[in-house]
Amino acid sequence: MALSTSFRSNLIKPLTALTALSSTQHLRRPFSSSADDSTVLTIETSVPFVGHKCEPPSRNVETTPKELLGFFHDMALMRRMEIASDSLYKSKLIRGFCHLYDGQEAVAIGMEAAITKKDCIITAYRDHCIYLGRGGTLVECFSELMGRQAGCSKGKGGSMHFYKKDSGFYGGHGIVGAQVPLGCGLAFAQKYSKDETVTFAMYGDGAANQGQLFEALNMAALLDLPAILVCENNHYGMGTAEWRAAKSPAYYKRGDYVPGLKVDGMDALAVKQACRFAKEHALKNGPIILEMDTYRYHGHSMSDPGSTYRTRDEISGVRQERDPIERIRKLILSHELSTEAELKSIEKKIRSEVDDAIAQAKESSMPEPSELFTNVYVKGFGIEVAGADRKEVRGVLP
Amino acid sequence: MAAIFQGIGAAAAVAALPPAEKFHSQSPRFLSARKGSLFVVRSDGRPSLGSSPRSRGAQRLITNAVAAKADASVTSTASKPGHELLLFEALREGLEEEMDRDPRVCVMGEDVGHYGGSYKVTKGLATKYGDLRVLDTPIAENSFTGMGIGAAMTGLRPIIEGMNMGFLLLAFNQISNNCGMLHYTSGGQFKIPVVIRGPGGVGRQLGAEHSQRLESYFQSIPGIQMVACSTPYNAKGLMKAAIRSENPVILFEHVLLYNLKERIPDEEYVLSLEEAEMVRPGEHVTILTYSRMRYHVMQAAKTLVNKGYDPEVIDIRSLKPFDLYTIGNSVKKTHRVLIVEECMRTGGIGASLTAAITENFIDYLDAPIVCLSSQDVPTPYAGTLEEWTVVQPAQIVTAVEQLCQ
Repeated sequence: MALSTSFRSNLIKPLTALTALSSTQHLRRPFSSSADDSTVLTIETSVPFVGHKCEPPSRNVETTPKELLGFFHDMALMRRMEIASDSLYKSKLIRGFCHLYDGQEAVAIGMEAAITKKDCIITAYRDHCIYLGRGGTLVECFSELMGRQAGCSKGKGGSMHFYKKDSGFYGGHGIVGAQVPLGCGLAFAQKYSKDETVTFAMYGDGAANQGQLFEALNMAALLDLPAILVCENNHYGMGTAEWRAAKSPAYYKRGDYVPGLKVDGMDALAVKQACRFAKEHALKNGPIILEMDTYRYHGHSMSDPGSTYRTRDEISGVRQERDPIERIRKLILSHELSTEAELKSIEKKIRSEVDDAIAQAKESSMPEPSELFTNVYVKGFGIEVAGADRKEVRGVLP
Repeated sequence: MAAIFQGIGAAAAVAALPPAEKFHSQSPRFLSARKGSLFVVRSDGRPSLGSSPRSRGAQRLITNAVAAKADASVTSTASKPGHELLLFEALREGLEEEMDRDPRVCVMGEDVGHYGGSYKVTKGLATKYGDLRVLDTPIAENSFTGMGIGAAMTGLRPIIEGMNMGFLLLAFNQISNNCGMLHYTSGGQFKIPVVIRGPGGVGRQLGAEHSQRLESYFQSIPGIQMVACSTPYNAKGLMKAAIRSENPVILFEHVLLYNLKERIPDEEYVLSLEEAEMVRPGEHVTILTYSRMRYHVMQAAKTLVNKGYDPEVIDIRSLKPFDLYTIGNSVKKTHRVLIVEECMRTGGIGASLTAAITENFIDYLDAPIVCLSSQDVPTPYAGTLEEWTVVQPAQIVTAVEQLCQ
């Protein structure tokens, strides 16, 4: 990681002169100091981009201290939320399927940094953190996971069905690969309405072998749709390693005539650069595939221990060497944007925030029985419906 | 054939019509007080005009199908000649009117654009509206159905055409999970106003895979509506209603009905998606049918009338949900029900309809419900075999005779 000369010259400026002091421990500088907002840091990504039928973007990514601290905070929040969901699941407050995103936070964060809320994101079932990144609140997340009324889908969707229409988050889908044609539909609508926005259709390495993906890619390329297909390659499709499922695990190349880019998905800055590059490309030239090389620490879902098909050494190895939060932490500390103690206090605050949200979510009630029949149709026609035994719960479809 | 209109301010029209020409059960004041009112005009000149108690009740649900240009235009429908056209042209007319009216309406499917549609339903539309609005897709049902649904999530109103309904089996996941359920699983955030349409049913020796009746497979998907058109008049009206509906609607057309000719009104009309059509009022037995079987039933009805029976024929049109109001009123009158359908015996529309009627109207039935449906076999190619797998008029006559003993 190289420090660029522009940063060195900034150190000389009087405003930021204080930060040059080596003994930073006793500085009582607030962690989001406004003085740092004007500073532009240029960081080189540790892994170069690899392009397929396109010129990869530069390895030097511009960022600001505020952005880096924001990355740290948001990723730590996501990590904390997923760990908390783990314990909630084990205490049977979350049931069914729960797919956790810890380890992959950099993809969600880097993407958000490069786009606006008018751009659309659609993903599969590992959607809690993406929902958070799109502006969802912790309470809505936990409530939905526990099936409460305050949840983002009123408790009727569950872990795999988080949606946030007002900030362009289209879910949240349970069937592997089915969200990619939907994503191309979103891009179609964007092209139809001439919005100058793009759609990020996310899928995993397991879904990359679905036929509907190639069908959708063909149509997107034919029509020059502003669709960016993002393959979050965490190297395992549930229990099947990528080399056992795909003849060609170079997912960024599988678009054939569609350009692709391979990105280090554990580096939030690399993800940000790639997404910005992809957005520019998609608006001009149509679809592009981004392969995010990432890793999930948990198993595929809470019912998968995650260690029968990979070694614990592998998991801890990745955690030591490539963890996205640690990477940002090291960056922040080495550029002296904050102190070890401050970062720890941020994490502590996040922990209590998450605990508060869980407590609040637990207080929210289960949906009313009549909610069984709402939202089946829009402006329905009053059919009478009944619950399973046809005696107890009766309602009229609204 | 009764035509059903919904018009705002129809009170004025109601007052203007001579009483013999129409009937309604609501006072004009009541009509004008409601946002949308409903009355029925007979356009087939039957002698029982104006005296029938078979009116739509005041309690009937007014759905929000958009009002047609009511008032004066409605009054003169019975006398105005209208124009003659074939069923596929009626579908096209409805489609074109809706595309003119709302720029968000678009069409996607195989060969709908430059080729004009394999049954000419979209002929000429691509030249008029452009290639993006009338989109020729590759042969990829799963993904272009998904694409249409994704577009609908943002607010567009796509009409997805399956060249043959049977091909939509490839898109079953998208139709069931995304189309039908997204409104529910998102807690009401997303509406999916798509129309999925295409020809289905048993044709003339098209073979097993091209003679499928998908209504039986789709009927239990929650969140979708299904309608089947059978005449040019209801084809156009249902097409328009389906496009204007906020819910996903599957419009079932029939391969053999595309060349039916009929005279339809010139002025705009939108039919209700959830209503059944009274084809022939009667007293002895209620025959429920839809799509092509309607014509077999009417043919049988001629024979039955000659033999002295008076069957009441209802084209149920709405396959999901059933118009149990109309059906129920009929059952309460005749006490005998015969269902004639083209679906297979197991798990077809007739099976569900039998269950629904039995559950709700068992006290009014004098005899068990008889359901005539196709055999549980793949449709054979040989003409004679194909005839035997589908219900024929002679079988309907026999069934009525047995039922009315």
